[in-house]
Amino acid sequence: MLLIDCPWCGPRSEHEFRCGGESHIARPGPPENVADGEWADYLFYRTNPKGEHLERWLHRFGCGRWFNIARNTVDHRITAIYGMTDPKPEPRA
Amino acid sequence: MTRYSAWSLLRAGLSGQKNWAPAWRDASPKAGYDAVVIGGGGHGLATAYYLARVHGLRNVALLERGWIGGGNTGRNTTVIRSNYFFPESTRFYDFALGLYEGLSSELNYNIMFSRRGMWMLAHDRHGVEMLRRSANAMLRNGAAVEMHDGEEVRRRIPGLNPDPRFPVIAGLLQPRGGTARHDAVAWGYARGADALGVDIIQNCEVLGFDIAGGRVRGVKTSRGDIACDRIGMAVAGHSSVMAQLAGFRLPITSYALQAFVSEPMKPVLDTIVLAPATGVYVSQSDKGELVFGGALDLFPSYAQRGSLPALEQAVAGLIDMFPQFSRVRMLRQWAGIVDVVHDSTPILGESPVDGLYLNCGWGTGGFKAIPAGGYCLAHQIATGTPHPLAAAFSLDRFRTGALIDEAAASGIAH
Repeated sequence: MLLIDCPWCGPRSEHEFRCGGESHIARPGPPENVADGEWADYLFYRTNPKGEHLERWLHRFGCGRWFNIARNTVDHRITAIYGMTDPKPEPRA
Repeated sequence: MTRYSAWSLLRAGLSGQKNWAPAWRDASPKAGYDAVVIGGGGHGLATAYYLARVHGLRNVALLERGWIGGGNTGRNTTVIRSNYFFPESTRFYDFALGLYEGLSSELNYNIMFSRRGMWMLAHDRHGVEMLRRSANAMLRNGAAVEMHDGEEVRRRIPGLNPDPRFPVIAGLLQPRGGTARHDAVAWGYARGADALGVDIIQNCEVLGFDIAGGRVRGVKTSRGDIACDRIGMAVAGHSSVMAQLAGFRLPITSYALQAFVSEPMKPVLDTIVLAPATGVYVSQSDKGELVFGGALDLFPSYAQRGSLPALEQAVAGLIDMFPQFSRVRMLRQWAGIVDVVHDSTPILGESPVDGLYLNCGWGTGGFKAIPAGGYCLAHQIATGTPHPLAAAFSLDRFRTGALIDEAAASGIAH
């Protein structure tokens, strides 16, 4: 069970949240210059690391706001919580 | 290889069960092979077996990081069905089902395939419409299916809650669906492949690839380097990790899918039941245990444990279907790491690296596809061209947009 420290509401149980997948994926553009392969990469391809993952979460049954977390996908340890537009945190080993 | 028969059983019984030979050799890696398969789960073992049996390749190695069948093959809930929507999927899964039906005699290994039928329930008018649509698609694709009203469903499945939170107003039965002993599928394929000369190498982790000029030349493992220019990978939830070693990405996200087993009981349930409202499905094993599962833990994970909310939801869903099971004690809970793609259709065929072939993207339903997945990957490795059954499952579909969207079409829960 994850205990997620919402930047606005404080620590709450995993039940209240929804994971929105990998963060920091930028939409390519302008559209007329984007090849099919780039669209595929943007829409479908994911890093899916075994280790630290930067991902978006939504406090669905709380404040309803999105934020980013850095979480290890093996032991689920959360090492950073930061805003949607903040830069990536320093990667940890 | 000693053939198993009533006679061999009797003879071994009379000599105190002392003369059984190991079912496969514990092989050590050689310096090179004609073909290498990475991943000793069902798909990898089946690939190795069909490479030897159908394509006559005998100089083949199968590499497994742990022990064979220790990943998702030993962690799934053993359901075999082919109730999909699109013709490509139905053809493929029906082919797998056909191979499963003859597998025990082909492998001379009892995989305990039990054709007990699988029910999918509908809880409201929209659910019924979905089932009708699904039934029509299956009939049109040549898969046998029956549609029954709620009363008939309750008559056919004794013990089903007469007054559940989500009422049962119709059910769709695929009579050819069933279960099989998952370990036996892995062990049977391993024994069959080994008898044909395949080296099954356990405790051998792949650490990297030797790639030159966009072509694979070999594989680096924890037990030494192996030269080989035809490599198939069937590593399910770890596909992205393996792809990263080869220098590319995949359209895959890995999630934990939990399964649960109860204490053994007398026979109470002679079929498989799936309730879409809760995503919970349950069957009873030959040993008498209830085997059930539910939805994914919906955040990326490589932890083979699973978390509490999904567990709670699965148990609540089971008790809603069968309230009497609330007094049954659970023995074990675990998770397998599944490789989910956006359209819930597998990826079979070429990768961006020449000579390295993919078998992944099974999501929550890889077990039922094992014979076909292995058969088609073996065809791809041996001939360099996709098997007609798997031609539509190429990685390239994410670029061309020719997705086979079973995620939406057959109501797969993720």
